[in-house]
Amino acid sequence: MNPSPPVSQLSTEPLTGNPRFSVRGLEFFYGDFHALTGITIDVRENSVTAFIGPSGCGKSTFLRCLNRMNDLIPGTRLEGTITLDGADIYGSGVDPVDLRRRVGMIFQQPNPFPMSIYDNVAFGPRLHGVTKRAELDEIVEKALVRANVWKEVKDIMGRGGLTLSGGQQQRLCIARVLAVQPDVLLMDEPCSAIDPTSVQKVEDLMAELKNSVTIIIVTHNMQQAARVSDETAFFLQEKQGEAAELIEFGRTAEIFTSPRDRRTEDYITGRFG
Amino acid sequence: MDKRWTNRIALGVLWLCGITTVTILGAVILYVFVRGVGQITPEFIFTKPHGVNAEGGIGPTIIATMYVTGLSMLIVTPIAVLAAVYLAEYAVQGKLVDAIRFAADTLASVPSIVMGLFGFALFVEVMGLGFSVLSGALALSFLMLPIVMRATEEAIRAVPKYIRWGSYGLGASKWQTVSRIVLPSALPRILTGIILAMGRAVGETAVVIFTMGQAVYLPISPLDSGRSMTVHLYMLAMEGINMDAAYGTALLLMVMVLFFNLSARWLAARNRRLQG
Repeated sequence: MNPSPPVSQLSTEPLTGNPRFSVRGLEFFYGDFHALTGITIDVRENSVTAFIGPSGCGKSTFLRCLNRMNDLIPGTRLEGTITLDGADIYGSGVDPVDLRRRVGMIFQQPNPFPMSIYDNVAFGPRLHGVTKRAELDEIVEKALVRANVWKEVKDIMGRGGLTLSGGQQQRLCIARVLAVQPDVLLMDEPCSAIDPTSVQKVEDLMAELKNSVTIIIVTHNMQQAARVSDETAFFLQEKQGEAAELIEFGRTAEIFTSPRDRRTEDYITGRFG
Repeated sequence: MDKRWTNRIALGVLWLCGITTVTILGAVILYVFVRGVGQITPEFIFTKPHGVNAEGGIGPTIIATMYVTGLSMLIVTPIAVLAAVYLAEYAVQGKLVDAIRFAADTLASVPSIVMGLFGFALFVEVMGLGFSVLSGALALSFLMLPIVMRATEEAIRAVPKYIRWGSYGLGASKWQTVSRIVLPSALPRILTGIILAMGRAVGETAVVIFTMGQAVYLPISPLDSGRSMTVHLYMLAMEGINMDAAYGTALLLMVMVLFFNLSARWLAARNRRLQG
């Protein structure tokens, strides 16, 4: 896999970037079920933040709060505040449609639209009013290059997106999101359904992208979290039916080598989950 | 009795029942084929009937059947598809939506002769459209509406949520997502529903006999009267004037319905292959 240094050699210096997302006292409910409680966290720009924790610990739920994707699920409710670059994303007058353009999302299952590779990537720019062919061509190529998939698809742009391999599809989906120039990229277990070669390519592109796009990744794979992230947040639902909490958050190297909380240590050393 | 024997007997009964179904279908097709195949000539298909015993061909009835079915399809498709989009995507799931769905299912099971009678009262008499292809198409659309609507609703619901989320995640509005992603993804299955409904309409007799009339002219304007193949078959057989032509018509009708059903199956299979 990646020729990245062992965790013990990673930097533990605090990050200095400005907070992109600031979350304060977040509570989240699915109907009567209290899913998340007391989440307070800052996600800094120019960084990759990993959310880890056992299945059902609410990390994907929290991720979907950040681009208001949970609004699409009936009966959900949220308390507390989330600001993006200082502005409350749940404030009145905020259109979730605009927010989601700024905060792009990649899902576990690659989800190309049933149309050509080119049209998949051009979909977002077209939605937002780009119509000139030359301009679109440029956006599409740039997005595919940044998503590390250009070389594989440049000669087959007219082919259906669904004809690609799973890993190529996932990178196509990343290109599709990058084409609308988001400030933040939310990745919900982006590598758990794709082949190892593509995993490597996705991890490489994350390292390149983080200078221009803030990345938050939910992952079950702790090696991956250690390889790609600058900061790591550990979520845990202590008992079935209770709300999940953010147990510990800090530099990835610290979380993995000297966690302050016993539960974090138990999880990363594989005692449960 | 021995377990092995009860098993064998059960298997035998099940097999027999399965074979019975296939045999009945085979017998009907074979009988109509044997009686009708001698009739099928270019003259039969392309010329119009003449003489007291309706000798000659059934050309105008084929045209009338395709005309009324096609027109009905054009009327039904936009209404049924938009209604289904509303039900599947926009409506708050609850009593009203359940009521609409129940109404559609009930509409689908109203006896077609009742639909014909209602079509006669409304379109032929009250609206003054007379016995015409248009009256027939409007009445047939009652029959096709629930089929196309439910097929479209199922097709829309079958579009994976991941694909919708992908679209919302790019900042698409609901209508942009529905019109640019969901409907194109659902299109093959919607077409399948439309084709099946057309197959149903082609074979329909009671509705068109009340609304389109029995004139054996070639209908040109939608307000012309016309005689569908099924009505022609009914006339020939009831009056017993030309049983050979009746079987020829029956055979052609079966071929047409079979064609619609096979196209629908082919489309569905192709769609499964493409989308994995």
